[in-house]
Amino acid sequence: MKKKVLSLLAVMALTVSALAGCGSSAADTTEAETTTEATAEAETETETEAAGETETAAATEGLKAGFIFLHDENSTYDLNFLNAAKAACEKLGVECVIKTNIPEGQECYEAACELADAGCNFIFADSFGHEDYMIEAAKEYPDVQFSHATGTKAHTENLANFHNAFASIYDGRYLAGIVAGMKLNEMIDNGEITADQAKMGYVGAYTYAEVISGYTSFFLGARSVCPTVTMEVTFTGSWYDETAEKEGANKLIEDGCVLISQHADSMGAPTACETAGVPNVSYNGSTASACPNTFLVSSRINWEPYFEYALNCVAAGTAIDTDWCGSLETGSVELTDLGSAVAEGTQEAIDAAKADLIAGNVHVFDISTFTVEGAALESFEADVDTDADYTPDHEVVIDGYFHESGEEFRSAPYFNVQIDGITLLDTAF
Amino acid sequence: MNEKNKEPFFHVVKRDALPWYQSIGIRIAAIVLALILCAIITTITTGINPIQVYQSIFIGAFGTTRKTWITLQNVSILLLISLALTPAFKMKFWNIGGEGQVLIGGLAAAACMICLDDKLPNVLVMVCMVIASLAAGIVWALIPAFFKAKWNTNETLSTLMMNYIATQLVAFFTIVWEVPKGSGKIGIINQDSNIGWLPQIFGSKYLLSILVAVIITVFMYIYLNYSKQGYEISVVGESENTAKYVGIKVGKVIIRTMMLSGAICGLVGLLLVGSINHTVTTTIAGGQGFTAVLVSWMSKFNPLTMVLSSFLIIFMDRGASEISTTFGLNHSYSDILTGIILFFIIGCEFFISYKLQFRKKAEKEEQ
Repeated sequence: MKKKVLSLLAVMALTVSALAGCGSSAADTTEAETTTEATAEAETETETEAAGETETAAATEGLKAGFIFLHDENSTYDLNFLNAAKAACEKLGVECVIKTNIPEGQECYEAACELADAGCNFIFADSFGHEDYMIEAAKEYPDVQFSHATGTKAHTENLANFHNAFASIYDGRYLAGIVAGMKLNEMIDNGEITADQAKMGYVGAYTYAEVISGYTSFFLGARSVCPTVTMEVTFTGSWYDETAEKEGANKLIEDGCVLISQHADSMGAPTACETAGVPNVSYNGSTASACPNTFLVSSRINWEPYFEYALNCVAAGTAIDTDWCGSLETGSVELTDLGSAVAEGTQEAIDAAKADLIAGNVHVFDISTFTVEGAALESFEADVDTDADYTPDHEVVIDGYFHESGEEFRSAPYFNVQIDGITLLDTAF
Repeated sequence: MNEKNKEPFFHVVKRDALPWYQSIGIRIAAIVLALILCAIITTITTGINPIQVYQSIFIGAFGTTRKTWITLQNVSILLLISLALTPAFKMKFWNIGGEGQVLIGGLAAAACMICLDDKLPNVLVMVCMVIASLAAGIVWALIPAFFKAKWNTNETLSTLMMNYIATQLVAFFTIVWEVPKGSGKIGIINQDSNIGWLPQIFGSKYLLSILVAVIITVFMYIYLNYSKQGYEISVVGESENTAKYVGIKVGKVIIRTMMLSGAICGLVGLLLVGSINHTVTTTIAGGQGFTAVLVSWMSKFNPLTMVLSSFLIIFMDRGASEISTTFGLNHSYSDILTGIILFFIIGCEFFISYKLQFRKKAEKEEQ
């Protein structure tokens, strides 16, 4: 009897192992196409406080909001949007339909149309490559409001129901840079490194204005407290590539960088830093739980204020801003809680700097704080109106500082100047 | 007695050809079993009612008119790639380069759209796109075929490597044509002028791919079963020596067949770029070049069966993602369900070709 069972098991095992290869490879190949969608049931409970608050809050009930995300909760970038979407919808009593893992192709158009067909009044997409497909969907559904984060085209597209949104995240990066600078100062004071060795590393996705604006403001923040700091930047050519980000961080560490920050969406760089024991300034949200010893701080955009603003506009029937740019004041730009590894007095320093930024006493891209090829940047024409030839079309250096997004031109960053002190290791992407 | 004890519990015995209703019965049983297993796993792991799950699978594929159209369009694309690979497989030429042939066809179409938009009238741009895509697909298939025919190189490796070259070329041109600078995205090409956008048939965005798929399916069925060239392909596949003996030029058949494979893949690239996405990215083929290998083999190279196989895969794919929407499950959950179903479908082929003969039954038969 034992033998019977054994031989039966053996045959089963053989069959399984012979067929498993086919099964699993098939699952892998279909993975790229499958889209997963998640619904968070909005709680339509009538909170006593909300009822008493305003009429607009009551009017948002019964609305339906659709969200299109490039990845799912495993990406720090998308998780940041996901949490904000759920929180805003719950607060306003809006039904929330979330579609994750939507690629930047026709699938985005289909997803947006499916959401519109399903009765959504407001549809939002979070990834840069979604923009063109959102525009296509917006043309087809003029009664539905479409918003897109990080996009550049709303102000030239002339569609009443298509909007861009972003936040002055360079302010947040600048503050995070101050945290990094203070840490470098501490390391210099402790004799761990000399002042000349204060070199930071930065893992970026593409040589895109959003990334350039991000690392430059981070660097300027650090240099505002640690004058000898320099920085090396490497690019991965992907917004989400855990291996490439990890390798990029390791390469920078081997290159002598004593502090790392990144602008890409996986946990690659933070985990590489934790392994190597190198302090890390994160993005999109705290990585303190995964990297307790090396996490310093993270800047992030809090999308909740925008979602609330847009949904209230939809409920009231008023127009959503074509270009909405959140700021420190709107609560859109935030720093997470500081990690345990930060230098003493960091909190006080960033509180002071934050007050200065809000008051307008300090501008991140003040032309007196940086040079380009040895000279001050007295004038710069940026490519604000997106076109295939990258034609510069707006003078953006006004009143002694570079007017980055949010000042007046558009919500997405356009600072793509190569300033002195930052070395780009590769610019293939 | 001793000998009897050593006899295994059961034998695996090759079956005679089953009547069609029995083999279909086995396949249906496999799908039913797969669905039952999926239901059990779903209930155990998530506590969700399986009937609701199957309902939402159906809604995901056919819930609205738009969903139905998208499902049909996706089936068409997968079917077309499977049809493209089939003649090569039938002659035992392991063309796993469908992905690359599709990509390069798409890249050629995109190049025409980007570079010719202000130089030629729309109709001529489209003509150029058709020619360029087909030619690019053909070249991509021809290179491995030529080396195979000439020096008998391993086509599995060379077609696979051609995929990577195509992906890297697309990545390179993405950077060349990116808008805005540094973003690594081309975006929709000619969004305002719509130059090079293949025409919508009867006002439907989705119909063109579906019509092309119908035409190519019929063509491929006739070509493989009733044409001289189709016969030559089967002979080369069965035995190269036989083919040589009866005077078939094996090298010529290989090259001709692969050109056909490549042309259809190039056509898929054209549809993906010109009719569906209006852009090109490295992931535009989405791994379907490999899924198509599975479809082609699952269908035993029969174009009509391929319609069903690719439909099943797309139906599950779209249905499974709907499950995740409705019940808030992670992306990977739909992959698990699709994996289970494919496992059963492929597994059932074993029971169609073979049967298990248990010891007692065997004894009885001997008596």
